[in-house]
Amino acid sequence: MADQPTKPTQASLNKKAAQTTSYKPSGVSATGRNARSFAIRLWSVRHSRALEWVYAHFADVFLKLHPLWKAVGYERAEGPIKFIEKHTKGFLFDCRMCGQCVLSSTGMSCPMNCPKQLRNGPCGGVRANGNCEVEPDMPCVWVQAWSGASQMKGRDNIFNVQKPVDQSLRETSSWLRVTAAAAAKRDAAAEGTAQ
Amino acid sequence: MSQADINPLDPSAPLEPIPGHSSHGRLERILRRGEFAVTAELNPPDSANPHDVYERAAIFDGWVDGINAVDASGANAHMSSVGICALLTRMGYAPIMQISCRDKNRIAIQGDVLGASAMGVQNILCLTGDGVQAGDQPGAKPVFDLDCMSLLETIRIMRDNSKFLSGRKLTSPPTVFLGAAINPFAPPHDFRPHRLAKKIAAGAQFVQSQYCYDVPMFRKYMQQVRDMGLDKECFIMCGVGPLASARTAKWMRSNVPGVHIPDEIIKRLEGAEDQKKEGKQLCIDIINEVKEIEGVSGIHVMAYRQEEFVAEIVHESGVLKGRRPWRKEPNPVDELVAARMEEILEEPKQVPHELAGAVGDAEPSD
Repeated sequence: MADQPTKPTQASLNKKAAQTTSYKPSGVSATGRNARSFAIRLWSVRHSRALEWVYAHFADVFLKLHPLWKAVGYERAEGPIKFIEKHTKGFLFDCRMCGQCVLSSTGMSCPMNCPKQLRNGPCGGVRANGNCEVEPDMPCVWVQAWSGASQMKGRDNIFNVQKPVDQSLRETSSWLRVTAAAAAKRDAAAEGTAQ
Repeated sequence: MSQADINPLDPSAPLEPIPGHSSHGRLERILRRGEFAVTAELNPPDSANPHDVYERAAIFDGWVDGINAVDASGANAHMSSVGICALLTRMGYAPIMQISCRDKNRIAIQGDVLGASAMGVQNILCLTGDGVQAGDQPGAKPVFDLDCMSLLETIRIMRDNSKFLSGRKLTSPPTVFLGAAINPFAPPHDFRPHRLAKKIAAGAQFVQSQYCYDVPMFRKYMQQVRDMGLDKECFIMCGVGPLASARTAKWMRSNVPGVHIPDEIIKRLEGAEDQKKEGKQLCIDIINEVKEIEGVSGIHVMAYRQEEFVAEIVHESGVLKGRRPWRKEPNPVDELVAARMEEILEEPKQVPHELAGAVGDAEPSD
């Protein structure tokens, strides 16, 4: 039997039938189009260890400033802090402001840049060259995450099962949330030892 | 043992619960007994006719222990997996309902799990799903509210804690055997076993792998899995399938996400006179290799558009070792009813009123 041609699928027929004009959009998905060049994102992953150190100290400072946030009011601080957070993390990681940052568990590679927004590891569609199934030109967020995590002190954090994203927390400040939670925990611990 | 694992009262009803089993299904029993399980994938019909499902399932009769009902595979719309499963359970088959996170959010998925379980579905396979760009409707909105891991955990919470994700109580939890998918053939290779560990932690009890055409790579993966002790914690089924021709193989390699086909396989197909036959033989050869790998509990045959070969492949590879999986046979209850119907039709009608009259009218003979 000779090599039979495969039957054309409806998907390929649709693609062929689509009208071609001079404007051909770049990328495949919105996630891909929103991403800038991947250079800075990949730099962050390569320097995940340093960024982990920076963030640990930064979080400490933020926690020390807890009385200040409380005095100002977390609600009032939210606006400016969110602005800074969005632009810093946006620049370094292409942050999507999910409001529940897991960068420390994902090797400093933001999982919300995955077109499937996977937060627990790579899907089965990763290409042999380590690029994304949906966006052929984008390096897979999770291949990067694995290489980033392997350099970090908290390399085992990547093995934790992450809860589904709480969509109601989108566009909120993760920094303030973490700080407030840590402060509450510290206060509870202090109360516990006092008693 | 032709009729093992069957509810004596009604073949379409769930089996008796067994301690230590989380479902009332046949697949879990077979795997837990340590028998080599075989599952196959049903090609979902593009129709609203239930007989299309029955016909496609009948091909596997007596050869497989579970039938996967895919959830819009490759992001192409087909009959829903809940619908297919509901039809299959009516007939007594043991479907494995696939749920992909691409099309439904957590509210819809939890509702579907309850609905499916109520319809008698005992096995659920949790998948992330291909991106919408892969299918015939790339303009659809990709949902991906949960991912396969949080989906596993959600259903495990529903089953074990009898609660929705929100904490609201369920009056009757779904009794399901939870599955997941693995792809040992995609990078990052050293993370893949850890990902399986994560899936087990999230609730996976059995896993089915992506098409295996690279046995050395699979062997290496299984070595890592055994070193981590994961083969003791979940049942690993290797995905296999016949390739129709070298050309299909090349097409699949470049168009189906996550399929890895080494060049040697394509060369072997190209060199063959009858490529379809060679593809089948290749599949059997791969089965014979993977069934010997320690920690492999079964195979999952995905013979897309070649479903008629599944029986031959399973038979010629001898993985069942003479065991005969459940097949649709006349329901004992139906047989009883049919026999009674015959009795009713054949026996002379005895009307008590006439009988009484006959006795009254009859003259004593002596």
